[in-house]
Amino acid sequence: MFRKNSELIVLILVLAGTLVMMLALNGPSFFKLGNIQSMAFQFPELGVLSLAMMIAMLTSGINLSIIASTNLSGIVMALIMTTLAPNGGSAPVVVLLALLAGMLVAALIGLLNGWLIAYLDISPILATLGTMILVSGFAIVLTKGYVISGFPKEMLFIGNGVVLGIPVPLLIFLACAGILSLILGRMPLGMRIYLFGSNPTATFYSGVNNKTVLMRVYLISGLLTSVAAMIMIARFNSAKADYGESYVLLTILACVLGGVSAAGGFGRVSGLVVALIILQIISSGLNLFGVSAFLTVALWGIVLIFVMVIKYLLEQRTLRSASR
Amino acid sequence: MIKKITSRYEFFVFMVIVIFSIIIGAINPNFFKLENIFDILQSYSLTGIFAIGMLIVLISGGIDLSFTAIATITGYTVAVLLLSRGTQLNIFVVFLLAAVMGTLLGMVNACIIYFFKIPPIIATIATQNVYYGLLTVITHGKWLYGFPSWFGAFVKLKVFNLTNANDVRYGLSIVTVIWFAVILLGWFILRKTVLGRSIYALGGNAASAQRAGFNILRLQLFVYGFMGLMAGIGSVIQALLVQTVAPNSLVGKELDVIAAVVLGGASLTGGVGTVLGTVLGVALMAIMSNGLTLMHVPSYWYKVVTGFIILASVAAGAWRRKATSNKKVIIEAE
Repeated sequence: MFRKNSELIVLILVLAGTLVMMLALNGPSFFKLGNIQSMAFQFPELGVLSLAMMIAMLTSGINLSIIASTNLSGIVMALIMTTLAPNGGSAPVVVLLALLAGMLVAALIGLLNGWLIAYLDISPILATLGTMILVSGFAIVLTKGYVISGFPKEMLFIGNGVVLGIPVPLLIFLACAGILSLILGRMPLGMRIYLFGSNPTATFYSGVNNKTVLMRVYLISGLLTSVAAMIMIARFNSAKADYGESYVLLTILACVLGGVSAAGGFGRVSGLVVALIILQIISSGLNLFGVSAFLTVALWGIVLIFVMVIKYLLEQRTLRSASR
Repeated sequence: MIKKITSRYEFFVFMVIVIFSIIIGAINPNFFKLENIFDILQSYSLTGIFAIGMLIVLISGGIDLSFTAIATITGYTVAVLLLSRGTQLNIFVVFLLAAVMGTLLGMVNACIIYFFKIPPIIATIATQNVYYGLLTVITHGKWLYGFPSWFGAFVKLKVFNLTNANDVRYGLSIVTVIWFAVILLGWFILRKTVLGRSIYALGGNAASAQRAGFNILRLQLFVYGFMGLMAGIGSVIQALLVQTVAPNSLVGKELDVIAAVVLGGASLTGGVGTVLGTVLGVALMAIMSNGLTLMHVPSYWYKVVTGFIILASVAAGAWRRKATSNKKVIIEAE
C-alpha cells in the first residue's frame, strides 16, 4: 500500500510543507475564506490544461499546441456569442451553440495532431509545434489582434459562478479530472495509453492498434483545451489570440511535479491534482508576499529543473539498490 | 549524377524556392531588384545565424528553446556597457564579450541536460523562463537606445556600393558578410572535422556513440555552447540592425528559427541535416515573408502561411521517408 502510493504521500508531505512555509511568510491571513476562494477560481484553467498536457506526456509525447488551441477555440466561441447575442444579456441557446462550436474546433485540432503523429510518424514536438504556429496564426487572422469581449450571462456563470459555495470552474476541473482518471484507470484505452508510453513496439505486437490510441489521446487532449477555453474566456469576459502564453512551462512543471514521467508510461491524475494545489499555493503565497510575477516565472523554471534533478537522483538510487 | 542531385531533399526545397520566386516576381517585379535581394539578405542574417546554431543542436538529437533568452541577456549586457562606457569599446570587444557570455550560458544548458538526463526540451523551456524572468525583474522591461555613433556607423558598412534611381545608396551589408562567415564555419565544422562527424554520430544513436568511445559531455558542451555563441553574435547583430535593445524583442523568434531549420530537412530525432538545407530553409522563409509583403497580403496572415508550409513540408518529408522504407521492405522480401 505504502509502496504503491509512495509518490502521492511524498507529494502530500510537500503540500503540507509549502502550507507551513506560506503561513510563516504571510501569517494567518493566508487561510482567509476569500483567499482560498480566489485560489479555487484561479487554478482550474491551468489544471485542465495540465490534464491536456499529461495525457500526451503519458504516451511519451508532448503537446505544445494546447495554448494556441485554447485561444482559437475560445475565439470561435467568443465570435459566435458576440455575433448572435451582441448585447450580452441572457441567451442560453447561443451559449450552448458557441460552446459546441468551440469544442468542435478543438477536436479538429486534436485530430490533426493525432493524424500527423500517428499516421505520418512525425515526432510529437514537431507536429504540435507546426499546429501551434498554424492555429495561433488563424487566431490572429480571426481577431486581427483585437480583444473580443462582452458575453451573455450564462457564459459568465461558467467562469465566475458559485454552486453550494464551490466555484463553477473548480467543479468543471474536478469533472474533467474525474473523467480522465476513469479513462486512465478503468478503461481499456487507459491501459493501452500506459502500455504505449512504456513500450510502443511491445504494445503493437500485443495486438493494440497504436494509431487509434494516439488519435484518441490527442483528440482528448484537444477537447480538454476547449474546456480550458470556456473557463478562460468566461473568467476574463474576453478572448484574444495571445492569452496565457507562459502556461506551457507551468503545465509541464505541474505534470513533472505530479509524477508524470517525461519518457512516458507513468503518472496518475491524483498526483497531478496535488501538484497543481502545491503550485497554486506557492504562487498565491508569493503574490500576497509581494513578489513580482516575473520573478515567479523565473522561480518556476528553477523549480522545474530542481524537481527533474531530484527525480533523476531518486531513480539512480533505486537502480543501484535493485542491482545490488 | 543528375539523379543523385535531384533525389536530394535540398533540391526539392530549392525547386519550391524557384517556383515561389517566379510567382512573386510575376506579381511584383520589384522582387528581383538587387536592392530588394540585399535587403532580404540583411534582415534575415539574424535568423540565418541562429539557424546554424540550431542545426547543430538538432543534428545532435537535442533542441534549444532558450537561445533567444540567452541572446536577450547578452544583448542587454552589451547595451548597458555601450551606454556607460561606449567610447572605450570597439566592435570587436563587443562581439567578443557577447560571444563569451553566450557560450557560457549555452553550456549551462548542456550541463543540466548531461548530468541529470533531463529531456532537452524541458530543460531549455525551464532555462528560457529563468533567463527571461530574471532579466525582466532586473531591468524592469526598460528599452535601451542612444548608442555611440561608431556603433551605428559599423552597420552602414557595405562591401560594395550601388545607387538606385532615387539616389539612395545600397549594397551588400557587413551583417550579411558575418552571416556568410558563420555559414562557412558551420559547414567546415560539420563536414571537415572529427567533431562534426561525432555530432552526427551522437544524434544518430546516443548509446552507440557512447559505446564507441565518444565523450558525450564534451560533445554536448560544444553543441549547446555553439548555440549560445550564435545567440551572442546574433544579439549584437540585432542591436546593430535596430539600434535598440528591448527585453522582449526576440520572444517567439525561436519558433521561426526551428521552423526554418526543419524546412531545410533537419530532423528532430537527430543525426540528419545539412548546412545547405538550412540556408535554403532560411531563404524559403525569407522569400515567403518578403513575397507576402510585396503582394500586399495583410501581415496577420503571415503566421498561418508559415504554419501551413511547415506542416506541409514536414508531412511531405515523412511521406517520402515512409515510401522509401516500404520499398526497402519489398527488396528484403525478394
